[in-house]
Amino acid sequence: MIRLDHVSKIFAGITAVDGVDMEVGAGEVCVLLGPSGCGKTTTMKMINRLIQPTSGKIFVDGRDTATVDEVTLRRSIGYVIQQIGLFPNKTVEDNICVVPDLLGHDRRQSRKRAAQLLEMVNLDPGIFLKRYPKELSGGQQQRVGVVRALAADPPVLLMDEPFGAIDPINREVIQDEFMKLQAELKKTVVFVSHDIDEAVKMASRVAIFRAGRLIQYDTPDNILAHPVDSFVADFVGSDRTLKRLRLLKVAEAMVGDPPLVRADDTLETAARLMAERGHVSIVMVGPRGRARGFVRLDAAHGRPGTVGEHHEKLPCMVNLRDDLRTAVSLMFMHDLTWLPCVDDDGFYRGYVTQRGITHLLGATYRDR
Amino acid sequence: MVLLAVFALGVWAQASGIVPAILKYREDIVYLARQHMMLVAISGGIAIAIGVPLGIVIARSRLPLLGAAIGQVINLGTTIPTLAILALAMTVLGLGTPSALFGLVVLTLLPVMLNTVAGLKSVPAPLIEAARGMGMTGAQILLKVELPNAMFVILAGIRTALAINVGTVPLAFLIGGGGLGELIFTGIDLMEPGLLLAGAVPTALLAVLVDIIVGQLQFWLVPRGVNPLR
Ligand SMILES: Nc1ncnc2c1ncn2[C@@H]1O[C@H](COP(=O)(O)OP(=O)(O)O)[C@@H](O)[C@H]1O
Ligand SMILES: [Mg+2]
Repeated sequence: MIRLDHVSKIFAGITAVDGVDMEVGAGEVCVLLGPSGCGKTTTMKMINRLIQPTSGKIFVDGRDTATVDEVTLRRSIGYVIQQIGLFPNKTVEDNICVVPDLLGHDRRQSRKRAAQLLEMVNLDPGIFLKRYPKELSGGQQQRVGVVRALAADPPVLLMDEPFGAIDPINREVIQDEFMKLQAELKKTVVFVSHDIDEAVKMASRVAIFRAGRLIQYDTPDNILAHPVDSFVADFVGSDRTLKRLRLLKVAEAMVGDPPLVRADDTLETAARLMAERGHVSIVMVGPRGRARGFVRLDAAHGRPGTVGEHHEKLPCMVNLRDDLRTAVSLMFMHDLTWLPCVDDDGFYRGYVTQRGITHLLGATYRDR
Repeated sequence: MVLLAVFALGVWAQASGIVPAILKYREDIVYLARQHMMLVAISGGIAIAIGVPLGIVIARSRLPLLGAAIGQVINLGTTIPTLAILALAMTVLGLGTPSALFGLVVLTLLPVMLNTVAGLKSVPAPLIEAARGMGMTGAQILLKVELPNAMFVILAGIRTALAINVGTVPLAFLIGGGGLGELIFTGIDLMEPGLLLAGAVPTALLAVLVDIIVGQLQFWLVPRGVNPLR
Protein backbone atom coordinates (compact mmCIF):
# COMPACT_ATOMS: atom_id res chain seq x y z
CA MET A 1 0.00 0.00 0.00
CA ILE A 2 2.83 2.37 0.89
CA ARG A 3 6.31 1.85 -0.48
CA LEU A 4 9.39 3.93 0.22
CA ASP A 5 12.08 3.43 -2.38
CA HIS A 6 15.48 4.60 -1.19
CA VAL A 7 14.10 7.82 0.27
CA SER A 8 16.42 10.46 1.69
CA LYS A 9 15.92 13.95 3.06
CA ILE A 10 18.71 16.45 3.59
CA PHE A 11 17.93 19.70 5.43
CA ALA A 12 20.62 22.27 4.72
CA GLY A 13 23.43 19.76 5.11
CA ILE A 14 21.78 17.69 7.87
CA THR A 15 20.78 14.24 6.67
CA ALA A 16 17.47 13.66 8.48
CA VAL A 17 16.47 10.52 6.56
CA ASP A 18 19.06 8.35 4.89
CA GLY A 19 18.14 5.93 2.10
CA VAL A 20 15.09 4.34 3.67
CA ASP A 21 13.49 1.39 1.91
CA MET A 22 10.30 -0.01 3.36
CA GLU A 23 6.89 -1.28 2.47
CA VAL A 24 3.68 -1.17 4.49
CA GLY A 25 1.01 -3.64 3.46
CA ALA A 26 -2.67 -2.75 3.26
CA GLY A 27 -4.37 -2.88 6.66
CA GLU A 28 -1.08 -2.96 8.57
CA VAL A 29 -0.10 -0.68 11.41
CA CYS A 30 3.53 0.28 10.89
CA VAL A 31 5.08 1.98 13.91
CA LEU A 32 8.13 4.14 13.25
CA LEU A 33 10.13 3.90 16.45
CA GLY A 34 13.33 5.46 17.66
CA PRO A 35 14.88 8.16 19.83
CA SER A 36 14.08 11.82 19.31
CA GLY A 37 15.57 13.36 16.18
CA CYS A 38 16.12 10.07 14.35
CA GLY A 39 13.95 11.06 11.40
CA LYS A 40 10.59 9.44 12.18
CA THR A 41 8.48 12.56 11.65
CA THR A 42 10.39 13.53 8.53
CA THR A 43 9.86 10.06 7.07
CA MET A 44 6.15 10.22 7.83
CA LYS A 45 5.67 13.71 6.44
CA MET A 46 7.29 12.77 3.16
CA ILE A 47 4.45 10.32 2.58
CA ASN A 48 1.84 13.11 2.29
CA ARG A 49 4.45 15.50 0.87
CA LEU A 50 4.38 17.95 3.75
CA ILE A 51 8.12 17.47 3.24
CA GLN A 52 9.54 16.86 -0.22
CA PRO A 53 12.08 14.03 -0.36
CA THR A 54 15.55 15.07 -1.50
CA SER A 55 15.84 11.78 -3.37
CA GLY A 56 13.98 8.53 -3.74
CA LYS A 57 10.38 7.72 -4.56
CA ILE A 58 7.30 7.09 -2.48
CA PHE A 59 4.37 5.08 -3.78
CA VAL A 60 0.91 5.09 -2.23
CA ASP A 61 -1.45 2.48 -3.64
CA GLY A 62 0.95 1.93 -6.52
CA ARG A 63 1.12 5.57 -7.59
CA ASP A 64 4.27 7.67 -7.36
CA THR A 65 3.23 10.47 -4.99
CA ALA A 66 5.43 12.96 -6.85
CA THR A 67 3.05 12.70 -9.80
CA VAL A 68 -0.09 13.38 -7.73
CA ASP A 69 -1.23 16.92 -6.90
CA GLU A 70 -0.18 17.44 -3.29
CA VAL A 71 -3.53 18.85 -2.11
CA THR A 72 -5.40 15.92 -3.68
CA LEU A 73 -2.89 13.52 -2.15
CA ARG A 74 -3.29 14.94 1.36
CA ARG A 75 -7.08 14.85 1.21
CA SER A 76 -6.82 11.13 0.55
CA ILE A 77 -4.59 10.51 3.58
CA GLY A 78 -5.76 10.95 7.18
CA TYR A 79 -3.43 13.02 9.34
CA VAL A 80 -3.19 13.17 13.14
CA ILE A 81 -0.58 15.14 15.10
CA GLN A 82 0.40 15.17 18.75
CA GLN A 83 -0.75 18.78 19.22
CA ILE A 84 -4.10 17.66 17.79
CA GLY A 85 -4.69 20.91 15.91
CA LEU A 86 -8.47 21.04 16.18
CA PHE A 87 -9.74 24.35 14.80
CA PRO A 88 -10.97 26.32 17.82
CA ASN A 89 -13.32 28.40 15.65
CA LYS A 90 -15.25 25.34 14.52
CA THR A 91 -17.54 22.99 16.42
CA VAL A 92 -16.51 19.38 16.91
CA GLU A 93 -18.90 18.44 14.12
CA ASP A 94 -17.42 20.92 11.65
CA ASN A 95 -13.91 19.94 12.68
CA ILE A 96 -14.63 16.31 11.92
CA CYS A 97 -16.13 17.23 8.56
CA VAL A 98 -13.26 19.44 7.36
CA VAL A 99 -11.99 17.03 4.73
CA PRO A 100 -15.43 15.83 3.55
CA ASP A 101 -16.38 19.54 3.16
CA LEU A 102 -13.17 20.25 1.25
CA LEU A 103 -14.00 17.35 -1.04
CA GLY A 104 -17.54 18.68 -1.50
CA HIS A 105 -19.22 15.61 -0.03
CA ASP A 106 -22.90 15.75 0.88
CA ARG A 107 -23.15 17.68 4.15
CA ARG A 108 -25.96 15.67 5.67
CA GLN A 109 -24.19 12.41 4.99
CA SER A 110 -20.86 13.55 6.40
CA ARG A 111 -22.54 14.89 9.56
CA LYS A 112 -24.23 11.56 10.03
CA ARG A 113 -20.90 9.82 9.64
CA ALA A 114 -19.33 12.22 12.14
CA ALA A 115 -21.90 11.19 14.74
CA GLN A 116 -21.23 7.49 14.08
CA LEU A 117 -17.48 7.93 14.37
CA LEU A 118 -17.82 9.87 17.63
CA GLU A 119 -19.85 7.04 19.04
CA MET A 120 -17.11 4.59 18.08
CA VAL A 121 -14.66 6.43 20.36
CA ASN A 122 -17.20 6.54 23.19
CA LEU A 123 -18.14 10.19 22.87
CA ASP A 124 -21.89 10.87 22.93
CA PRO A 125 -22.71 12.74 19.68
CA GLY A 126 -25.70 14.38 21.37
CA ILE A 127 -23.35 16.06 23.81
CA PHE A 128 -20.21 16.65 21.80
CA LEU A 129 -21.13 17.43 18.17
CA LYS A 130 -22.05 21.05 18.87
CA ARG A 131 -19.28 21.74 21.37
CA TYR A 132 -16.17 23.77 20.67
CA PRO A 133 -12.72 22.23 21.17
CA LYS A 134 -12.02 24.40 24.22
CA GLU A 135 -14.97 22.71 25.94
CA LEU A 136 -13.28 19.28 25.68
CA SER A 137 -10.59 17.59 27.80
CA GLY A 138 -7.26 16.69 26.20
CA GLY A 139 -8.22 13.05 25.78
CA GLN A 140 -11.56 13.97 24.26
CA GLN A 141 -9.87 16.39 21.88
CA GLN A 142 -7.46 13.73 20.66
CA ARG A 143 -10.34 11.30 20.11
CA VAL A 144 -11.93 13.95 17.91
CA GLY A 145 -8.55 14.44 16.22
CA VAL A 146 -8.45 10.74 15.31
CA VAL A 147 -12.07 10.75 14.19
CA ARG A 148 -11.43 13.82 12.03
CA ALA A 149 -8.69 11.96 10.18
CA LEU A 150 -11.11 9.12 9.46
CA ALA A 151 -14.09 11.22 8.38
CA ALA A 152 -13.51 11.06 4.64
CA ASP A 153 -12.68 7.34 4.92
CA PRO A 154 -9.10 7.57 3.60
CA PRO A 155 -7.34 4.24 3.06
CA VAL A 156 -4.14 5.55 4.67
CA LEU A 157 -3.64 7.20 8.05
CA LEU A 158 -0.52 9.05 9.23
CA MET A 159 -0.22 9.61 12.98
CA ASP A 160 2.64 11.48 14.64
CA GLU A 161 2.87 10.54 18.33
CA PRO A 162 -0.89 11.02 18.56
CA PHE A 163 -1.18 9.86 22.16
CA GLY A 164 2.13 11.25 23.39
CA ALA A 165 0.64 14.20 25.28
CA ILE A 166 -2.10 12.23 27.03
CA ASP A 167 -1.74 11.00 30.61
CA PRO A 168 -0.75 7.32 30.94
CA ILE A 169 -4.14 6.05 32.11
CA ASN A 170 -6.11 7.77 29.37
CA ARG A 171 -3.43 6.80 26.87
CA GLU A 172 -4.06 3.08 27.46
CA VAL A 173 -7.79 3.62 27.03
CA ILE A 174 -7.49 5.63 23.85
CA GLN A 175 -4.96 3.15 22.42
CA ASP A 176 -7.43 0.35 23.03
CA GLU A 177 -10.21 2.36 21.44
CA PHE A 178 -8.03 3.03 18.43
CA MET A 179 -7.16 -0.64 18.06
CA LYS A 180 -10.86 -1.52 18.14
CA LEU A 181 -11.54 1.14 15.52
CA GLN A 182 -8.65 -0.17 13.44
CA ALA A 183 -9.87 -3.77 13.70
CA GLU A 184 -13.12 -2.57 12.17
CA LEU A 185 -11.86 -0.08 9.59
CA LYS A 186 -8.57 -1.80 8.60
CA LYS A 187 -6.69 1.32 7.51
CA THR A 188 -3.07 1.28 6.48
CA VAL A 189 -1.47 3.20 9.32
CA VAL A 190 1.94 4.80 9.69
CA PHE A 191 2.31 5.64 13.36
CA VAL A 192 5.24 7.53 14.86
CA SER A 193 6.15 6.72 18.45
CA HIS A 194 9.11 6.78 20.78
CA ASP A 195 7.47 4.39 23.23
CA ILE A 196 8.40 0.73 22.81
CA ASP A 197 5.37 -0.41 24.81
CA GLU A 198 3.04 1.53 22.56
CA ALA A 199 4.77 0.07 19.51
CA VAL A 200 4.51 -3.49 20.80
CA LYS A 201 0.85 -2.94 21.55
CA MET A 202 -0.23 -1.34 18.28
CA ALA A 203 2.11 -2.49 15.56
CA SER A 204 1.85 -5.20 12.97
CA ARG A 205 5.38 -4.15 12.05
CA VAL A 206 7.90 -1.95 13.81
CA ALA A 207 10.49 0.14 11.96
CA ILE A 208 13.39 1.10 14.20
CA PHE A 209 15.29 4.22 13.16
CA ARG A 210 18.64 5.53 14.24
CA ALA A 211 20.13 8.75 12.91
CA GLY A 212 17.96 8.70 9.80
CA ARG A 213 18.60 5.07 8.95
CA LEU A 214 16.14 2.21 9.12
CA ILE A 215 17.94 -0.30 11.34
CA GLN A 216 15.36 -3.06 11.69
CA TYR A 217 11.93 -3.58 10.18
CA ASP A 218 10.13 -6.55 11.64
CA THR A 219 7.18 -7.84 13.64
CA PRO A 220 7.08 -6.70 17.27
CA ASP A 221 7.81 -10.23 18.48
CA ASN A 222 10.86 -10.56 16.27
CA ILE A 223 12.12 -7.13 17.29
CA LEU A 224 11.86 -8.18 20.93
CA ALA A 225 13.19 -11.70 20.44
CA HIS A 226 15.89 -10.99 17.89
CA PRO A 227 17.12 -7.38 17.93
CA VAL A 228 19.63 -7.01 15.09
CA ASP A 229 22.21 -5.11 17.09
CA SER A 230 22.98 -3.71 20.51
CA PHE A 231 21.33 -0.38 19.66
CA VAL A 232 17.98 -2.05 19.04
CA ALA A 233 18.45 -4.34 22.04
CA ASP A 234 19.15 -1.34 24.28
CA PHE A 235 16.28 0.59 22.84
CA VAL A 236 13.69 -2.12 23.40
CA GLY A 237 15.01 -2.62 26.93
CA SER A 238 16.60 -5.38 28.99
CA ASP A 239 13.12 -6.64 29.91
CA ARG A 240 12.30 -7.25 26.28
CA THR A 241 11.50 -10.91 26.86
CA LEU A 242 8.90 -9.93 29.44
CA LYS A 243 7.44 -7.47 26.94
CA ARG A 244 6.88 -10.39 24.60
CA LEU A 245 4.39 -11.79 27.12
CA ARG A 246 2.03 -9.08 25.97
CA LEU A 247 2.15 -10.30 22.40
CA LEU A 248 1.35 -13.93 23.20
CA LYS A 249 -2.11 -15.15 24.02
CA VAL A 250 -2.97 -17.66 26.74
CA ALA A 251 -4.32 -19.96 24.03
CA GLU A 252 -0.83 -20.27 22.52
CA ALA A 253 0.73 -21.61 25.71
CA MET A 254 -2.27 -23.61 26.84
CA VAL A 255 -2.33 -27.41 27.13
CA GLY A 256 -5.73 -28.38 25.78
CA ASP A 257 -7.93 -31.42 26.41
CA PRO A 258 -7.16 -31.38 30.14
CA PRO A 259 -8.05 -34.11 32.62
CA LEU A 260 -11.10 -33.17 34.66
CA VAL A 261 -13.51 -34.54 37.21
CA ARG A 262 -17.14 -33.93 38.10
CA ALA A 263 -18.79 -33.52 41.47
CA ASP A 264 -20.04 -37.10 41.65
CA ASP A 265 -16.68 -38.68 40.70
CA THR A 266 -14.88 -40.40 43.55
CA LEU A 267 -11.64 -39.10 45.00
CA GLU A 268 -10.07 -42.32 43.87
CA THR A 269 -10.82 -41.48 40.23
CA ALA A 270 -9.40 -38.01 40.76
CA ALA A 271 -6.21 -39.40 42.31
CA ARG A 272 -5.80 -41.85 39.45
CA LEU A 273 -6.20 -39.16 36.79
CA MET A 274 -3.62 -36.96 38.54
CA ALA A 275 -1.18 -39.84 38.90
CA GLU A 276 -1.50 -40.64 35.18
CA ARG A 277 -0.37 -37.16 34.27
CA GLY A 278 1.88 -36.50 37.20
CA HIS A 279 -0.28 -33.55 38.29
CA VAL A 280 -0.76 -32.40 41.86
CA SER A 281 -4.27 -31.03 41.37
CA ILE A 282 -7.23 -31.43 39.06
CA VAL A 283 -10.10 -29.19 38.05
CA MET A 284 -13.70 -30.05 38.84
CA VAL A 285 -16.28 -28.94 36.27
CA GLY A 286 -20.02 -28.44 36.54
CA PRO A 287 -22.60 -30.47 34.63
CA ARG A 288 -22.02 -28.54 31.37
CA GLY A 289 -18.28 -28.17 31.67
CA ARG A 290 -17.79 -24.88 33.50
CA ALA A 291 -14.80 -24.76 35.83
CA ARG A 292 -16.14 -24.98 39.38
CA GLY A 293 -13.24 -25.88 41.69
CA PHE A 294 -10.29 -28.17 42.11
CA VAL A 295 -9.00 -31.05 44.22
CA ARG A 296 -5.44 -31.46 45.48
CA LEU A 297 -3.61 -34.77 45.13
CA ASP A 298 -2.78 -34.96 48.84
CA ALA A 299 -6.45 -34.35 49.69
CA ALA A 300 -7.61 -37.13 47.35
CA HIS A 301 -4.97 -39.79 47.70
CA GLY A 302 -6.29 -42.86 49.50
CA ARG A 303 -9.36 -41.09 50.88
CA PRO A 304 -12.97 -42.12 50.52
CA GLY A 305 -15.74 -39.81 49.28
CA THR A 306 -16.60 -37.79 46.19
CA VAL A 307 -14.95 -34.83 44.53
CA GLY A 308 -18.03 -32.71 45.22
CA GLU A 309 -17.53 -33.07 48.98
CA HIS A 310 -13.82 -32.32 49.00
CA HIS A 311 -13.18 -29.71 46.34
CA GLU A 312 -11.74 -26.25 46.96
CA LYS A 313 -12.59 -22.99 45.29
CA LEU A 314 -10.37 -22.01 42.35
CA PRO A 315 -8.27 -19.01 43.42
CA CYS A 316 -8.33 -17.62 39.90
CA MET A 317 -8.81 -18.41 36.23
CA VAL A 318 -7.60 -16.85 33.03
CA ASN A 319 -9.41 -16.25 29.74
CA LEU A 320 -8.09 -17.90 26.58
CA ARG A 321 -7.90 -14.53 24.88
CA ASP A 322 -5.95 -12.78 27.64
CA ASP A 323 -2.26 -12.19 27.04
CA LEU A 324 0.40 -14.16 28.87
CA ARG A 325 1.36 -11.08 30.85
CA THR A 326 -1.97 -11.29 32.61
CA ALA A 327 -1.53 -15.03 33.16
CA VAL A 328 1.97 -14.70 34.62
CA SER A 329 0.89 -11.81 36.77
CA LEU A 330 -1.98 -13.88 38.19
CA MET A 331 0.37 -16.80 38.88
CA PHE A 332 2.76 -14.61 40.83
CA MET A 333 -0.06 -12.91 42.69
CA HIS A 334 -1.58 -16.20 43.87
CA ASP A 335 1.69 -18.12 44.11
CA LEU A 336 0.60 -20.76 41.58
CA THR A 337 2.54 -22.77 39.04
CA TRP A 338 -0.47 -23.37 36.81
CA LEU A 339 -3.73 -21.67 35.89
CA PRO A 340 -6.97 -23.09 34.52
CA CYS A 341 -8.04 -21.47 31.23
CA VAL A 342 -11.67 -20.78 30.40
CA ASP A 343 -13.41 -19.37 27.36
CA ASP A 344 -15.81 -16.43 27.31
CA ASP A 345 -18.64 -18.60 28.63
CA GLY A 346 -16.60 -19.97 31.52
CA PHE A 347 -16.11 -23.46 30.05
CA TYR A 348 -12.91 -25.17 31.14
CA ARG A 349 -10.62 -25.51 28.12
CA GLY A 350 -7.14 -26.28 29.39
CA TYR A 351 -4.36 -25.00 31.59
CA VAL A 352 -1.13 -23.02 31.36
CA THR A 353 1.93 -23.70 33.46
CA GLN A 354 4.95 -21.57 34.27
CA ARG A 355 7.15 -24.16 32.57
CA GLY A 356 4.97 -24.12 29.47
CA ILE A 357 5.27 -20.34 29.21
CA THR A 358 9.01 -20.40 29.73
CA HIS A 359 9.26 -23.07 27.06
CA LEU A 360 7.18 -21.05 24.60
CA LEU A 361 9.27 -17.92 25.11
CA GLY A 362 12.46 -19.91 24.77
CA ALA A 363 11.37 -21.70 21.59
CA THR A 364 12.11 -18.77 19.34
CA TYR A 365 15.65 -18.50 20.71
CA ARG A 366 16.33 -22.21 20.27
CA ASP A 367 15.11 -22.19 16.67
CA ARG A 368 17.95 -19.96 15.53
CA MET B 1 -21.89 53.24 33.70
CA VAL B 2 -21.68 55.26 30.52
CA LEU B 3 -25.39 55.95 30.63
CA LEU B 4 -25.14 57.02 34.22
CA ALA B 5 -22.27 59.38 33.43
CA VAL B 6 -24.14 60.84 30.49
CA PHE B 7 -27.20 61.25 32.68
CA ALA B 8 -25.22 63.00 35.41
CA LEU B 9 -23.61 65.20 32.80
CA GLY B 10 -27.07 66.03 31.48
CA VAL B 11 -28.35 67.00 34.90
CA TRP B 12 -25.35 69.21 35.48
CA ALA B 13 -25.58 70.74 32.02
CA GLN B 14 -29.28 71.45 32.37
CA ALA B 15 -28.71 73.10 35.74
CA SER B 16 -25.96 75.35 34.46
CA GLY B 17 -27.91 76.42 31.45
CA ILE B 18 -25.36 75.09 29.00
CA VAL B 19 -27.77 72.90 27.06
CA PRO B 20 -29.62 75.89 25.67
CA ALA B 21 -26.25 77.39 24.80
CA ILE B 22 -25.29 74.25 22.88
CA LEU B 23 -28.68 73.87 21.25
CA LYS B 24 -28.32 77.35 19.82
CA TYR B 25 -25.89 75.79 17.32
CA ARG B 26 -28.15 72.89 16.45
CA GLU B 27 -28.01 73.41 12.71
CA ASP B 28 -24.23 73.72 12.68
CA ILE B 29 -23.91 70.63 14.84
CA VAL B 30 -26.02 68.52 12.49
CA TYR B 31 -24.18 69.70 9.41
CA LEU B 32 -20.70 69.39 10.87
CA ALA B 33 -21.42 66.09 12.64
CA ARG B 34 -22.44 64.65 9.29
CA GLN B 35 -19.18 65.90 7.78
CA HIS B 36 -17.31 64.51 10.77
CA MET B 37 -18.88 61.09 10.33
CA MET B 38 -18.08 61.11 6.62
CA LEU B 39 -14.44 61.76 7.46
CA VAL B 40 -14.42 58.90 9.98
CA ALA B 41 -16.19 56.50 7.63
CA ILE B 42 -14.06 57.25 4.59
CA SER B 43 -10.68 57.37 6.32
CA GLY B 44 -11.54 54.39 8.52
CA GLY B 45 -12.80 52.41 5.54
CA ILE B 46 -9.69 53.11 3.52
CA ALA B 47 -7.43 52.30 6.47
CA ILE B 48 -9.15 48.94 7.01
CA ALA B 49 -9.17 48.18 3.29
CA ILE B 50 -5.43 48.77 3.13
CA GLY B 51 -4.36 47.77 6.65
CA VAL B 52 -5.87 44.28 6.82
CA PRO B 53 -4.53 43.02 3.47
CA LEU B 54 -1.17 44.63 4.15
CA GLY B 55 -1.07 42.95 7.55
CA ILE B 56 -1.90 39.61 5.92
CA VAL B 57 0.89 40.05 3.39
CA ILE B 58 3.39 40.93 6.10
CA ALA B 59 2.35 38.12 8.44
CA ARG B 60 2.46 35.47 5.74
CA SER B 61 5.51 36.84 4.01
CA ARG B 62 8.21 34.26 3.54
CA LEU B 63 10.75 37.09 3.45
CA PRO B 64 11.54 37.99 7.03
CA LEU B 65 13.35 41.12 5.80
CA LEU B 66 10.21 42.56 4.20
CA GLY B 67 8.23 42.07 7.37
CA ALA B 68 10.97 43.63 9.49
CA ALA B 69 11.34 46.58 7.14
CA ILE B 70 7.65 47.36 7.08
CA GLY B 71 7.57 46.95 10.83
CA GLN B 72 10.28 49.59 11.17
CA VAL B 73 8.37 52.02 8.97
CA ILE B 74 5.27 51.44 11.07
CA ASN B 75 7.14 52.09 14.27
CA LEU B 76 8.56 55.27 12.84
CA GLY B 77 5.05 56.31 11.82
CA THR B 78 3.66 55.81 15.31
CA THR B 79 6.32 58.05 16.85
CA ILE B 80 5.47 61.04 14.64
CA PRO B 81 2.91 63.25 16.41
CA THR B 82 -0.54 63.40 14.90
CA LEU B 83 -0.38 67.10 14.22
CA ALA B 84 2.93 66.66 12.42
CA ILE B 85 1.41 64.06 10.13
CA LEU B 86 -1.48 66.37 9.32
CA ALA B 87 0.91 69.24 8.69
CA LEU B 88 3.05 67.08 6.43
CA ALA B 89 -0.02 65.94 4.54
CA MET B 90 -1.05 69.53 4.08
CA THR B 91 2.30 70.61 2.69
CA VAL B 92 2.04 67.89 0.06
CA LEU B 93 -1.68 67.86 -0.74
CA GLY B 94 -2.58 71.42 0.22
CA LEU B 95 -5.46 72.62 2.37
CA GLY B 96 -8.73 70.70 2.28
CA THR B 97 -10.45 67.37 2.72
CA PRO B 98 -7.96 65.18 0.77
CA SER B 99 -5.05 66.02 3.01
CA ALA B 100 -7.23 65.58 6.10
CA LEU B 101 -8.30 62.17 4.84
CA PHE B 102 -4.73 61.24 4.03
CA GLY B 103 -3.51 62.13 7.50
CA LEU B 104 -6.36 60.24 9.13
CA VAL B 105 -5.77 57.16 7.00
CA VAL B 106 -2.08 57.07 7.93
CA LEU B 107 -2.95 57.33 11.62
CA THR B 108 -5.68 54.70 11.51
CA LEU B 109 -3.73 52.33 9.31
CA LEU B 110 -1.08 51.57 11.90
CA PRO B 111 -3.12 49.87 14.64
CA VAL B 112 -5.20 48.01 12.04
CA MET B 113 -2.12 46.62 10.37
CA LEU B 114 -0.25 45.90 13.58
CA ASN B 115 -3.14 43.93 15.04
CA THR B 116 -3.69 42.03 11.81
CA VAL B 117 -0.06 40.93 11.89
CA ALA B 118 -0.19 40.15 15.61
CA GLY B 119 -3.48 38.26 15.23
CA LEU B 120 -2.24 36.12 12.38
CA LYS B 121 1.09 35.42 14.07
CA SER B 122 -0.70 34.27 17.20
CA VAL B 123 -2.50 31.48 15.35
CA PRO B 124 -0.83 28.32 16.75
CA ALA B 125 1.46 26.59 14.26
CA PRO B 126 -0.13 23.14 14.80
CA LEU B 127 -3.43 24.49 13.46
CA ILE B 128 -1.76 25.46 10.24
CA GLU B 129 0.15 22.19 10.06
CA ALA B 130 -3.05 20.22 10.60
CA ALA B 131 -4.80 22.30 7.92
CA ARG B 132 -2.00 21.71 5.45
CA GLY B 133 -1.83 18.02 6.31
CA MET B 134 -5.54 17.66 5.65
CA GLY B 135 -5.19 19.14 2.20
CA MET B 136 -6.26 22.78 2.50
CA THR B 137 -4.85 25.14 -0.08
CA GLY B 138 -3.04 28.31 1.01
CA ALA B 139 -6.15 30.42 0.42
CA GLN B 140 -8.33 27.98 2.35
CA ILE B 141 -5.92 28.03 5.28
CA LEU B 142 -6.11 31.83 5.30
CA LEU B 143 -9.89 32.05 5.04
CA LYS B 144 -10.95 29.06 7.12
CA VAL B 145 -8.22 28.87 9.73
CA GLU B 146 -6.03 31.93 10.06
CA LEU B 147 -8.53 34.77 9.68
CA PRO B 148 -11.30 33.30 11.88
CA ASN B 149 -8.77 32.63 14.63
CA ALA B 150 -7.17 36.07 14.29
CA MET B 151 -10.48 37.91 13.89
CA PHE B 152 -10.84 38.90 17.52
CA VAL B 153 -7.43 40.57 17.62
CA ILE B 154 -7.94 42.19 14.20
CA LEU B 155 -11.26 43.67 15.32
CA ALA B 156 -9.64 44.86 18.53
CA GLY B 157 -7.16 46.75 16.33
CA ILE B 158 -9.97 48.25 14.28
CA ARG B 159 -11.70 49.31 17.48
CA THR B 160 -8.61 51.10 18.74
CA ALA B 161 -7.97 52.59 15.32
CA LEU B 162 -11.46 54.02 14.99
CA ALA B 163 -11.36 55.42 18.52
CA ILE B 164 -8.15 57.25 17.61
CA ASN B 165 -9.71 58.30 14.33
CA VAL B 166 -12.87 59.83 15.82
CA GLY B 167 -10.80 61.64 18.40
CA THR B 168 -8.40 63.03 15.83
CA VAL B 169 -10.91 64.19 13.25
CA PRO B 170 -11.42 67.56 15.07
CA LEU B 171 -7.81 68.36 14.20
CA ALA B 172 -8.71 67.99 10.53
CA PHE B 173 -10.38 71.38 10.80
CA LEU B 174 -6.93 72.92 11.20
CA ILE B 175 -6.01 71.91 7.66
CA GLY B 176 -9.36 72.71 6.22
CA GLY B 177 -10.95 69.30 6.52
CA GLY B 178 -14.15 70.41 8.24
CA GLY B 179 -15.97 68.41 10.91
CA LEU B 180 -16.90 69.19 14.49
CA GLY B 181 -13.44 70.62 15.07
CA GLU B 182 -14.73 73.80 13.52
CA LEU B 183 -17.00 74.39 16.53
CA ILE B 184 -14.36 73.35 19.05
CA PHE B 185 -11.55 75.51 17.74
CA THR B 186 -13.80 78.50 17.05
CA GLY B 187 -15.15 78.10 20.58
CA ILE B 188 -11.61 78.19 21.94
CA ASP B 189 -10.71 81.23 19.85
CA LEU B 190 -13.82 83.12 20.90
CA MET B 191 -13.60 81.89 24.50
CA GLU B 192 -17.19 80.73 24.20
CA PRO B 193 -17.83 77.49 26.19
CA GLY B 194 -21.23 76.89 24.56
CA LEU B 195 -19.70 76.77 21.10
CA LEU B 196 -16.78 74.67 22.30
CA LEU B 197 -19.09 72.15 23.93
CA ALA B 198 -21.34 72.10 20.88
CA GLY B 199 -18.35 70.54 19.15
CA ALA B 200 -16.85 68.54 22.01
CA VAL B 201 -19.96 66.78 23.33
CA PRO B 202 -21.09 65.35 19.96
CA THR B 203 -17.49 64.30 19.27
CA ALA B 204 -17.41 62.39 22.55
CA LEU B 205 -20.81 60.84 21.91
CA LEU B 206 -19.69 59.81 18.44
CA ALA B 207 -16.59 58.12 19.86
CA VAL B 208 -18.71 56.17 22.33
CA LEU B 209 -21.14 55.19 19.57
CA VAL B 210 -18.39 53.92 17.26
CA ASP B 211 -16.84 51.94 20.10
CA ILE B 212 -20.17 50.32 20.90
CA ILE B 213 -20.77 49.41 17.25
CA VAL B 214 -17.35 47.80 16.77
CA GLY B 215 -17.70 46.09 20.14
CA GLN B 216 -20.95 44.54 18.94
CA LEU B 217 -19.30 43.47 15.70
CA GLN B 218 -16.54 41.84 17.72
CA PHE B 219 -19.10 40.04 19.84
CA TRP B 220 -21.19 38.68 16.99
CA LEU B 221 -18.69 38.29 14.14
CA VAL B 222 -16.04 36.27 15.99
CA PRO B 223 -16.93 32.55 16.22
CA ARG B 224 -17.93 31.43 19.70
CA GLY B 225 -15.06 28.94 20.02
CA VAL B 226 -12.44 31.71 19.83
CA ASN B 227 -14.39 34.60 21.32
CA PRO B 228 -13.40 35.44 24.87
CA LEU B 229 -16.49 37.64 25.17
CA ARG B 230 -18.90 34.76 24.61
N1 LIG C 1 12.50 21.75 8.82
C1 LIG C 1 13.71 21.30 9.24
N2 LIG C 1 14.83 22.01 8.99
C2 LIG C 1 16.04 21.55 9.38
N3 LIG C 1 16.23 20.42 10.06
C3 LIG C 1 15.16 19.67 10.36
C4 LIG C 1 13.84 20.07 9.96
N4 LIG C 1 12.97 19.14 10.39
C5 LIG C 1 13.70 18.21 11.03
N5 LIG C 1 15.03 18.52 11.00
C6 LIG C 1 16.12 17.70 11.57
O1 LIG C 1 16.01 16.41 11.05
C7 LIG C 1 16.26 15.44 12.05
C8 LIG C 1 15.09 14.50 12.16
O2 LIG C 1 13.97 15.20 12.66
P1 LIG C 1 12.56 14.51 12.92
O3 LIG C 1 12.17 13.74 11.71
O4 LIG C 1 11.62 15.54 13.37
O5 LIG C 1 12.90 13.52 14.11
P2 LIG C 1 11.92 12.67 15.05
O6 LIG C 1 10.52 12.86 14.58
O7 LIG C 1 12.40 11.26 14.90
O8 LIG C 1 12.14 13.15 16.44
C9 LIG C 1 16.56 16.20 13.32
O9 LIG C 1 17.96 16.27 13.46
C10 LIG C 1 15.99 17.55 13.07
O10 LIG C 1 16.73 18.53 13.75
MG1 LIG D 1 8.89 13.75 15.70
